[in-house]
This record gives sequence, structure tokens and C-alpha cells, in this order.
Amino acid sequence: MTMTGATGGLPGRAALALLGLIVGGAFAGLALSAWRQGGDVAGAFDTYLWNAARFTLWQAALSTLLSVVPALLLARALFLNPRLPGRGLVIGLFALPLAIPSIVAAMATLALYGRAGLLAPWLGPLAGGSWPGVFGLSGILLAHVFFNLPLATRLFLEALDAIPPDRWRLAAQLGMPAPSRFRLIEWPALGAALPGAAGLVFMLCATSFAIVLTLGGGPGASTLEVAIYQALRFDFDPARAAALTLTQLALTGLLVAGLMRIGAPLTGEANLTLSRQSWRPAPSPFERRLAMVVVLAGTAFVAGPILAIAVAGLRADLARLAMEPDLHRALATSLVIALASALLALALTLALLRLRLDRERSRRVPRPGWLEWLAGNGSALILLVPPVLVGAGWFILAVEAGQVRHTNLFGPVLVVTVNAAMAMPFVMRLLRPAHDAAAERHDRLAANLGMSVWTRLRLVDLPALKRPLVAGFAFAMALSLGDLGVIALFGSDDFETLPWLLLARMGSYRTADAAGLALILALLCLLLMMAAGRAGRQQA
Amino acid sequence: MRTFLLAACSALALAGHAAAADLTIYTYEGFTADWGAGPAVEKAFEAECGCDLEFVAVTDGVALLNRVRLEGKATGADIVLGLDTNLMADARATGLFAPHGISLENVDVPGGWSDDTFVPFDYGHFAVIYDSETVKTPPTSLKQLMEGGNGPKIAIEDPRTSTPGLGLVLWVKKVYGDKAPEAWAKFSDRVLTVTPGWSEAYGLFTSGEAPMVLSYLTSPAYHIVAEGTDRYKAAAFEEGHYMQIEIAARTVKGKDNPLAAKFLAFMTGPGFQDIIPETNWMLPAGKTDKPLNEAFSKLVQPSQSLIFTPQEVSDHRKAWVDEWLAAMSR
Repeated sequence: MTMTGATGGLPGRAALALLGLIVGGAFAGLALSAWRQGGDVAGAFDTYLWNAARFTLWQAALSTLLSVVPALLLARALFLNPRLPGRGLVIGLFALPLAIPSIVAAMATLALYGRAGLLAPWLGPLAGGSWPGVFGLSGILLAHVFFNLPLATRLFLEALDAIPPDRWRLAAQLGMPAPSRFRLIEWPALGAALPGAAGLVFMLCATSFAIVLTLGGGPGASTLEVAIYQALRFDFDPARAAALTLTQLALTGLLVAGLMRIGAPLTGEANLTLSRQSWRPAPSPFERRLAMVVVLAGTAFVAGPILAIAVAGLRADLARLAMEPDLHRALATSLVIALASALLALALTLALLRLRLDRERSRRVPRPGWLEWLAGNGSALILLVPPVLVGAGWFILAVEAGQVRHTNLFGPVLVVTVNAAMAMPFVMRLLRPAHDAAAERHDRLAANLGMSVWTRLRLVDLPALKRPLVAGFAFAMALSLGDLGVIALFGSDDFETLPWLLLARMGSYRTADAAGLALILALLCLLLMMAAGRAGRQQA
Repeated sequence: MRTFLLAACSALALAGHAAAADLTIYTYEGFTADWGAGPAVEKAFEAECGCDLEFVAVTDGVALLNRVRLEGKATGADIVLGLDTNLMADARATGLFAPHGISLENVDVPGGWSDDTFVPFDYGHFAVIYDSETVKTPPTSLKQLMEGGNGPKIAIEDPRTSTPGLGLVLWVKKVYGDKAPEAWAKFSDRVLTVTPGWSEAYGLFTSGEAPMVLSYLTSPAYHIVAEGTDRYKAAAFEEGHYMQIEIAARTVKGKDNPLAAKFLAFMTGPGFQDIIPETNWMLPAGKTDKPLNEAFSKLVQPSQSLIFTPQEVSDHRKAWVDEWLAAMSR
């Protein structure tokens, strides 16, 4: 018996088939609508579509510029001043936005910079009268930079950390002045990391949904994804949705292809491994003061919205909120969905990892076959198709099948599956090293003992993979808890999750309630992300 | 795994499925709000029929039609309350509404009423409401509003979801005709935000975030009666005001529910109509027992009622809303 075994390949193939079904079903829905109303789809490539496409790119470009340039300064300031007071805290703070759902960040932006935000009393006089608030582009940019400035900073910090210490030493021995040191040592490292970081930030902003939906405030500041959502939820205009989706697909396709070409990371998860390297150039007093100012400003910008959401959340009538049946229902739904999608993500990932390894071992040629490649990379391809697009395709199918009624299973099942699929690229990265190492150690023995797949899973794999599994589980749960993608299309009074409830409260400008909900949601996600981080670290 | 998923999802579905009421009415959010007509209407009708009435609210009138269209014949609604004459032809074309089968003798709207499916429950004229403390020189015509450039900002509703939002599109079309796209282009800088429904926009206005809002000529009556202030006023427009007649109908599902026809008949009488003026802040479209609060006599009267026929709106709604979208997304 080979170690591949017929049963060993089956779960993996089934997992791939499920991923294929999710994306394929979405395309089928869009194709169906395109076929039914062909002429209308062509007609839907109109001014509105081009305006939305232009705004998508424009806001993403601005967000990238505003995130990446200050991040270069910040990373440099943090790197060159290892003894800066509170440096560790600042770096820890910069990991926080990644753990916060984007709808919470949108709420946080309003709580700080909004018309009734914490800063409004100070901003008002500056604006000459009353503070006009941050509807539209300004709000979108603030929220995007809040997310991506810390991400880019951490990526650049990693690049600087990777510079071999002897270069610094050499520079010091040669008495190199700061400008030449920057040009010859720092810039090559930063410049090499720049396209990847900028590309990732651009991609994240071009596909951002919840932030644009809540802060956009009208067709003037609407991205393609928000336009897709509105075409379906507002109008039910499937022809327009199909045209918009095709445009968005072409856009993300080009972006992902571009990112892969420049070798950029495809996911916004900066697992910072800071080397405790001993030797760094001593900054001049002027540089040190400058670094202080830069770090202070960066810290204030990132900490501001987080503090604002805490303050506004605590000011909300939490006691009343906690007693609301709406909240209980949404919380229960969210938890069940997050639990189910995290389990599903783990199961699918394990199946794919097994399949990939089996194919790798059984091949006799140096290049991986298509099945091995798909098992290893298929889950990352899901990033090509943002959740709203998947949701849109299935929404059209559901309508065609007469399934848009509140008491059916269609919505929940789809939300669980898509959330699981979206978490898979991350879970894959967490599990793969430990999984492959454990397989290396135990496969022969398990095969000799003739263990079945399930016995093996129970007795061998699960104990060996406990920590990465816990990390992956918590991470996937946090992602699902905070997600506002498919649920935005399928949610209703009878099927609501926490982010959906938050969206509804924000939509009806019940700001105090929304802030309270945002705080609860943020705390839940933070706890899970911290658990994931802990389990992940202990494993390493 | 799969068993677990199924179990989890069935639990979810069960948790979400409240006990079915005897009569389910889909309506818009402003109607069911605490201060809205919904709670009082529910109490009055339940006392009369000895049944359980349930309102299900969506953001606004156009979204209401979309929701019913999406649910199709499987809809949960017995009655849909909150469409208007602008949506009437489209609503009829869905085939999802059944003839009302009631006497229309109580119905009283400008121009009269004889439709066999849709029943009016109130009417009014769209208007720009402004805060007289922050807006010293309000626009006196639609032209001034649209072309006033840097004037005070306004919150409007999205015509893809909201009947006032659609009303503004039609109003502008009436006044500008083929020149509407240019007018929207000039207007777009003046728009503070576009909300999905009337209640969101009006919420922004009352909380002081928007100095002007698209609402109704009758809206100031709310502030006079409930808050004792005439600070919030309607801007009278020279070109006249677009009129809205709000309608309800029973669905093909509601046709089998005797309570649906009973409710429609109740809706045209004093039990319902007396509630409307001081909760929905619109003019009654049926028989009342109480005279109108005198606050209503202080309101701006439209110099002219503007309206398209339902068929005209149905023929052009998509094209006209697309014009709006193209101009507003610039």
C-alpha cells in the first residue's frame, strides 16, 4: 500500500470541489443573469460604472500613498531608536488594527472625526464654525490609513531588521554620514520592500467593502463592490450587478497578477518576527528628536480611533444594550456561524494539506502536478474573488430559485462556507509547517500499523498539531465574527450577525448603540486574535 | 462535521423564526418607529379584530417593492403598506398583488381614486425642510436649490430605495425635462449625504448634522405639535411641489387571509386615518372623526401640485434614476 491510499486523497479532493463549487456557483449565477438579460448587461457598462471604477482606483491610490509614505518614516524612526521609551508598546499597538473588523474601524473613525466625534469640538473652530464631519472620501481615507499605516510600518520594519548587522558596522567604521547611510544601506532594503507593501495596501483598499459602505455617503464615493451590493440590495438589478462584477474581477485579477509578479504578500497579516539584533547605528540627537515626533504622531493616529471607540462604547447604554433580544440573537448567530466556519476552515485545510503532501510524495518529476499545486495554492486563489462577489452570484441564484425568504438555510450555509474559505489562506500558512513536519515523523509508523484516516487524525495528527490548530481556529473565528461580506447581501431581520446589527444601527444613525456594539465586537475579535497569537507563538 | 453544520444551521433558522402573526404587513421604517403610526395602528386594529398584527419594516418605500419582488410568491407579507403612485404600475406588473375587494367610498385624495388593487392611506407634497436658525436665506425655487452652488448642504434619499428620493428625481424631471442631468451635476456638490431611507435622512437633520433635508411640506407640523417650535420650516418652491399619494395593497398571499381585506377597509376609516396626521405627519386620505390639528393650517401650501402618471414613471423610472446615478457618482 502506498501512503497516498484512496481514502487519503478523497477529503482533499472533496475540499477542492467545495471551493470550486463556491466560486463556480457564484459565476453560474452571474452567467445566468448575463444570459437572461444580455443586452442590459452590455448597457450597464455606463457612466455610473466607470465613475465607480475610477473612484475605486483613486481612493485606493490615495490610501496607499497616505499609508506607505508615513510608514517609511515611522519604520525608520522605530528601527533606528531601539531604546525609544514605549517602543515595544507602539509595535504591539500597530498589530491591533489587523485584529479589528473593518466595520468597527469605520465606526471608530466616526467616533473620533465625525461631526459629533470626540475631536469635533477642537476641529470645529479650525474649520471656521462647526465641524463638517468626514462623509465621503475623507472618512474612507482616514479609515484605510488607520488600517494600513501600521501594516506597512511593520512590513518595512521587518525589511530593515533583515539588513545584516555588519553593514551597519561597516558604515560606522567608514564614518558614513547619515544621508549616504540612508542611500546605501537603508534605502535598498526599504525600496525592495516598497512595491510589495504598496501593492498589498492598494489591493486591500481597492477591495475594501464595509468601510466604503458605511463612510461613503452616496454614489459620489462608491466603489465597485459597494455598487454591486447596492445594485442587488437596492434595485435588484442583476444586469448591472453582473457588469460591475466583471469589472471588479478584471481589476482584482490584474492586481493579483501584478502582486504575484513583484512577489508581494497577498494577505494583510504581518507576523512580525523582530530579531533582537545587537548593533545599530547611533542616531544623532536631532534624529532622535525627529524620531520621537514621528513615532508620537503615528501612535496618536493609530491609538486615536481605538481610544475613541472605547470611550464612545463605554458611554453607550451598555446595560440596556446587553438586555436587548436583538443583541442576544445576533451574538448567538455570530458565534454559531464563526464556530462552524472555523471548524470548516480547519477541516478543509487539513484535507488539502494531506492531499498536497501525498501528491508531492508520489510524484517522480520535479515539478508539482496540477492537483498538488491546487491543493497548495487553491485556497489563496479565493482572494481573487472578494466575498461580496461570491455573495452576489449566489444571491442571484437564490432569487432565481425563489429562495430569498427569511426562514431558509441558504443564507446561513453560504455565510459559513464563504467565511471558512476566506480564512483558509491564513489557516493554511499557520498549519502547513507543523502538518508537514508531523507527517514526516509519523506517516511510516501509521501506515505500518494500518491506521485508518480517522484513527490517525484522532491519535496522531490532532495531538501533534494542537497549537497551530488552536491558533488557526481562533484566527478563523475572529475573521468570521467580524465579517461583513456575504451577510450584507443575505442578512435580514431574521438572520442577523453582530456586524450586520452594527451596520443597521449605524445606518439608522443610532450612533450610541452602534458604538456600544462596535466595542463588544472589537473585544471579542481582539480576544480571539490574542489567543491565536499566543498559540501561534508557543508553537514556534 | 456536516451533521454539526446542519444542526447548527437548523438551530439558527429556528431561533430566527418567530411565531407567525395572524396578519403580516410589510412597511417602511418611518412607519414602525416608536413615534410613528405603526404602534397606534397596531393597537387600534388588534382591538377591533382580536388578532395579532405584525409589522415588518424595510428602509423605505422603493426597497419595500424590491423586497416583495425578491420574495416573489413565497412572500411573508399579507399586505404591503407604503408604496406610492410612482411605483404603482411597476408593483401591478409583478402580478404579486391582488384586487382589494373593498368599498372606496371613504377614500379622499386630490384627483379622486378608483383603482381596483391599490388603496391610498395618506398623501403629501415633497419639500425641502430647513433649520431657520442656520439657514437664513432658504431656496425659493427648485432652480435655486439645484443651481445654488455653495449654499447650505442637504441630506437626500436614494431613489433606488426611497420614495422621497424617487420623488425628487421626478420633481426635477418635471421642472427640467431633458436638462435634468446638468441640474443634477450642479446639485451634487450640495449633497451632504445620500441615505437609503427617509428616516435616516430626517434623523441627520434633527440631530443638527444636515441643515436641510428632503422631506414633506407637512413635516414642520411635527416640530410645532410635538416640540412646540416653528424653527424648522418648509421652503416654498415657485415651480410647485411634487405630490405623493402613499398606497397599500394586499398580496396574492393576503388574498387568502380575510384579515387583509378587513385591514384595508379599516385603513380608509377614522380608526386609522385619525392616527396618520400626528404620527406619520402626512395628510389623511380617508374618513376622519377628528379635525386636523391647527398646526397644519400654518403650513406652506403648494402653489401647484406636480405629478406624473404611474405609467409614465414606470416607463422611465430606470432611465431617470440612471441619469441621477451617473451625475451623482461624478
